[in-house]
Amino acid sequence: MKSFLQKMPDALKRVLAVFVLVAGTAVLVRAVLPASLTDSRLHIKTTVEREMAHPVRYAGSEACADCHEEYKVKQGGYHKNLSCETCHGAAKEHSENPSDLKPKLPRMREFCAGCHTYNPSRPSGFPQVNPAAHNPRKVCIECHNPHDPKPTRTPRECSACHAEIARTKELSPHVQLECTTCHTVPQDHKLIPRSVRATIPSERSFCGKCHSKESGRKEAPKVDILTHGEKYLCWQCHYPHMPEVQ
Amino acid sequence: MERRRFLSKFLSIAASATVVSGFFKRAVASPDGYDPKGHYYGMGIQIDKCIGCGKCVEACKEENNVPKEPFFFRTWVERYVIKKEGETSVQNIDMRIERSNEVFSEKDIVRSFFVPKLCNQCDNPPCVQVCPVGATFKTEDGVILVDDERCIGCRYCIQACPYGARYLHPEKETADKCTFCYHRITKGLLPACVEVCPSQARIFGDVKSSASPLGRFKRMNKLHVLKPSLNTEPKVSYSGLDGEVR
Repeated sequence: MKSFLQKMPDALKRVLAVFVLVAGTAVLVRAVLPASLTDSRLHIKTTVEREMAHPVRYAGSEACADCHEEYKVKQGGYHKNLSCETCHGAAKEHSENPSDLKPKLPRMREFCAGCHTYNPSRPSGFPQVNPAAHNPRKVCIECHNPHDPKPTRTPRECSACHAEIARTKELSPHVQLECTTCHTVPQDHKLIPRSVRATIPSERSFCGKCHSKESGRKEAPKVDILTHGEKYLCWQCHYPHMPEVQ
Repeated sequence: MERRRFLSKFLSIAASATVVSGFFKRAVASPDGYDPKGHYYGMGIQIDKCIGCGKCVEACKEENNVPKEPFFFRTWVERYVIKKEGETSVQNIDMRIERSNEVFSEKDIVRSFFVPKLCNQCDNPPCVQVCPVGATFKTEDGVILVDDERCIGCRYCIQACPYGARYLHPEKETADKCTFCYHRITKGLLPACVEVCPSQARIFGDVKSSASPLGRFKRMNKLHVLKPSLNTEPKVSYSGLDGEVR
């Protein structure tokens, strides 16, 4: 053996040493180290599996419909797009063990206020109240059924949602005009206000019906509708709900 | 040994070593019952529908074990207030129930609205590029996940994310972020935030399918993404986004 090593040329010994090193590293990486440290596809796979095994807490409202009749009531009312778990909280456990684990039943005023307190950042048309002024200390669900919430009396047409505009108009010279004088309101606008919109005037001649020199309306201020304000539309300078001269 | 014979033997050994090492490779199959190839997920957010109730934030924390403290978020909602004069202010909405009765002043406000935010699941994700250990990656269905067994908690990705969508989990000490509720979507459920949203401000689906709520949202609205100049190609798109939103 010794003679064999001695006979071997130096260059070959070096090549062999490098080969053993490379092979050793390969064996270490492929066989000895745990796969999760070396194979990126495997670590991606195990992570994906771990994520997928994460327990589900929210069951989804289809799960509620099987047992609860309130679901049908809800589907007919303004809360139809709310998931049951929006108010009742995560209920996957309840759906698996209905008798022992009950979801929460929020009954306090503060809960409804979370969505329905007036906030200028909320989209207009979303039903909002000032909890300090709206029947203070009374529980919301005494008057409104949470599964089919309705105003207790029929709202006074436009002002129910467009209260700010209604208030402004009350102080303006246009107070005598009905909203429908300028806006055509399809019946569906009251049900799906965002999808079906009321019309708004689009031409100068619309305002001209009262405010042009030829108009028969005596009490309305008159301008020469062809030259007044040059290229601008009337409402670019005058806010129609409070048409002061600016 | 003759040079030619040595070279031919060396090459044959190297070739057989490659074949043998092939046996050590572990087969990587996709997780059962779900084929990620058929999906590519995205989300649409309608700014003019968000009422800022924070149900999405609560549900996300509940579903994904996000710490309850108010500075750990996988999704959060910002309130933008654009004033007549001075800077636009941005606040994270307060989730505490005792604050739900607060009525905001609307003096000097030009426009105000809520912007729900979450990980944009970028198609060109900066967080994946910077991870020194390859712990964060994009799945086949387009979701960016974090391998919390591989993550070393160096916070590079948290710094790199232009949307601030990542945080360091205080108990695990690894980076954590929105996964689109990967464990839910792979079972055909909606992400928890989409499930509980009372006003359908969030729409979830496949970015490629046009016959879906997300497809409809994309066709019917003018879409924006956050920070488009960074070329991160977010898969979360917004409609009705104000130019002030950063």
